[in-house]
Amino acid sequence: MLDADFFRRWMTATAASVDREAERLTDLDSPIGDADHGSNLQRGFTAVTATLEKEAPGTPGGVLTLAGRQLISTVGGASGPLYGTLLRRTGKALGDATEVSAEQLTEALRAGVEAVMTLGGAATGDKTMIDTLVPAVDALGTGFAAARTAAEQGALSTTPLQARKGRASYLGERSIGHQDPGATSAALLIAALAEAAGE
Amino acid sequence: MSDVASVGIVLVSHSAEVASAVAELAKGLAGGGTEVPVAAAGGTEGGGLGTSAELIAAAAASVDRGAGVAVLTDLGSAVLTVKALLAEGDELPDGTRLVDAPFVEGAVAAVVTAATGADLAAVEAAAAEAYSYRKV
Repeated sequence: MLDADFFRRWMTATAASVDREAERLTDLDSPIGDADHGSNLQRGFTAVTATLEKEAPGTPGGVLTLAGRQLISTVGGASGPLYGTLLRRTGKALGDATEVSAEQLTEALRAGVEAVMTLGGAATGDKTMIDTLVPAVDALGTGFAAARTAAEQGALSTTPLQARKGRASYLGERSIGHQDPGATSAALLIAALAEAAGE
Repeated sequence: MSDVASVGIVLVSHSAEVASAVAELAKGLAGGGTEVPVAAAGGTEGGGLGTSAELIAAAAASVDRGAGVAVLTDLGSAVLTVKALLAEGDELPDGTRLVDAPFVEGAVAAVVTAATGADLAAVEAAAAEAYSYRKV
């Protein structure tokens, strides 16, 4: 079973990974975006870990809803409301339980991903974080390591795609050949989940 | 109509200058009539380009007179942040709506319509109608 401490470790591991990879995320965001994805997410997850230390919610749902709220307030770019909605909706789906099973997490995360798809209007193949998150949630049924592998493959799969959402979509065919920064940061989030699980 | 509270208007742009300039433009073109509360929420709190949920929430609270608040946005994170705040439920005043409209033309239509004492639905319709204004 997964308790609040597991979810705090997930968020802390994500923040550390975003810190390490911020420059790479911004580099990926330079040719097809506005070159702020790394610094925006870094600001957001730094705020998340600071708030979780201060308020220390006692339930998995509480950790994720608080984290999502922080991302919406602090990121400043589209990744804020998108990741914020992902975590908040996942947290709400987990409810007030003090411990949840991996199966419950999978179903809650699926609800979170669906909320992101509704908010941003993106589907699989649009060259967004959805290309990482959908296969990751599908693979989570077979374990955390499988989810991480599926997420990494999902991020790589965005390279040959033409962007249909966000600023990159204005570039049309020129967006082809670049790995999507949002799909890449989503893979960091899922890898941090596997890390929190010790896998 | 002067005893009827006006609909509030919030203009959300990635740029502080764009948001405040469009607010000035819309108020200038609205002329007299009911005083319409208009607030700009542009850029990030640090003065950079982007969207601030805090600035949006503060702007919406500042123009709320109880008749509803129409929020107009430019693109990308501005749209997504307002939608995410609306989904939160308690971040924006009751009767706040994201209006689907072009930013500049929609803002002028919204403020002019609100200045006549119109309700939120009429303000929203006037702003959305600005999409049908073809220039060529």
